[in-house]
Amino acid sequence: MNKQINQIQESIIEEFSHFNDWFEAYEYLINIGKKLTNMDENLKTEEHAIGGCQSQVWISAQLMDGKIFYEADSDSVLIKGIIALLFEVLNKQDPQSVVSSDLYFIEKIGLKNHLSPTRSNGLFSIINQLKMYANMFNSDNIEE
Amino acid sequence: MMNIEKIRMDFPILQKKINDHQLVYLDNAATTQKPKPVIDSIVNFYVQGNANIHRGIYQLSEQASNNYESIRKKVKDFINAEKSHEIIFTSGTTESINLIADSFGRTFLNKNDELIISEMEHHSNIIPWQMLCKRKKSSLKIVSFHDNGDLNIDQLRKTINEKTKLIAITHLSNVLGTINPIKEICSLAHKKNIPVLVDGAQAIQHLKIDVQDLDCDFYVFSAHKMYADTGLGVLYAKEKWLQKLEPTRYGGGMISKVTMQKTTFAEIPFKFEAGTQNISAVHSLGSAIDYLNNIGIDNIHQYEKKLLSYALNKLNQLNGITIYGTSSNKSSIISFNIDHVHHYDAVMILDKLGIAVRSGTHCAEPIMNHYHISGCIRVSIAFYNTTKDIDHLIKGIKKVQEMHKLNE
Repeated sequence: MNKQINQIQESIIEEFSHFNDWFEAYEYLINIGKKLTNMDENLKTEEHAIGGCQSQVWISAQLMDGKIFYEADSDSVLIKGIIALLFEVLNKQDPQSVVSSDLYFIEKIGLKNHLSPTRSNGLFSIINQLKMYANMFNSDNIEE
Repeated sequence: MMNIEKIRMDFPILQKKINDHQLVYLDNAATTQKPKPVIDSIVNFYVQGNANIHRGIYQLSEQASNNYESIRKKVKDFINAEKSHEIIFTSGTTESINLIADSFGRTFLNKNDELIISEMEHHSNIIPWQMLCKRKKSSLKIVSFHDNGDLNIDQLRKTINEKTKLIAITHLSNVLGTINPIKEICSLAHKKNIPVLVDGAQAIQHLKIDVQDLDCDFYVFSAHKMYADTGLGVLYAKEKWLQKLEPTRYGGGMISKVTMQKTTFAEIPFKFEAGTQNISAVHSLGSAIDYLNNIGIDNIHQYEKKLLSYALNKLNQLNGITIYGTSSNKSSIISFNIDHVHHYDAVMILDKLGIAVRSGTHCAEPIMNHYHISGCIRVSIAFYNTTKDIDHLIKGIKKVQEMHKLNE
């Protein structure tokens, strides 16, 4: 288990513990969602899209110097906010750490309701996709 | 006059708290909540009357069969069909449409024939016809709607021709709320001897339905959208069609004689009801119809009409709201977007305030394409909703705008 990943998770949990209600938490998500670095429009392709009927999400990733660099976008600003949190934890980590990470902070900060696996566009598929990239890079490394 | 406070007491779930807020249930087009008598009827069936139907000679089975058939008659009266055996029980609107697509398609559709549907159909009234046309190498013609949500009836007139074999159209759009002129469409179609299937899933709980007056050939709807249990639907078909159509499902209860070589089917309606039916849900439908008749479907329509215009007025007073579907002949459904806010984000926030509304494409992607939107928010009312519910919704929308910093 990557210590750094868990340290970041702890600091997010700490940050959210200061919010008085869901309303402040959502406002925070909307704010960081708006600030999420824009994804290159050329990357918003079918290949990078996560299908579903609620909101559109695109995710891409590159491996540079053994670290994963994710990019993502969504037409939902709340989803972008959640992605921003995930990026805080997972971006620029090595693939193995991402693969083995246990993202317990999501439940601790009360975002579990976004996790429903029946929502093909929910957090569930986003995390799956992030980990899938990591897995792919990981096995590429091993082959080398 | 309807006593709404008293009516609300009949629906136990409306007392529920969601996220510390009183539930404001405005997703009635997806499914309606159930009144106590309907819930009790399901329990009572299992406590007092459970047996399989049309099979046993013993008292319990006879009683269950008689009740089941009496509810068939009740449905017949509710939609003013001519005969009880014109009522077929199915698993829902979707199955009713699929049954006709399969059966009618098999017997009456040939290569190069045409079917007509509209641009405002639910996917359930698109896909079965698409698949049928693919199988039969026939062609599916689409009649568009105007931006206000009214059907382009002139285009329909021009689309009907010698090759047209059937028209399938919704009575009340599940997104736009538009009430289509079914009587006029049927009269147009019948001049060329073309049958009309009406998707009544969104109309049956809001409007007085008289299938003889509409003169439609098929009328389909679901029990769970009219305050009864899930997993049950109705297919009304004129007797002359039921006599010509073949069953598409085979099994117990639908035969008169079976040898290893040959099967003779039972009479209508039984030949279309293979296997054990959803008997408890049928009981609940009987109770739901009694409940609706007791309040009066005309009273319901008048009340909902007033509530809809109250909601439309309130929404129009807000800044930055785009409403889809503004037909003057509209009922019970309002679809809209809050400018610069994704429908998913809006509904996530409304949920936190205990407000249940739908977001997404509402199983009607062609309507989304018409307006070039990825989806929208849908509010759908029932007679147990109040102006207070609408006020909560409006407050919720203002909160959404505030959180997105749109009011600054």
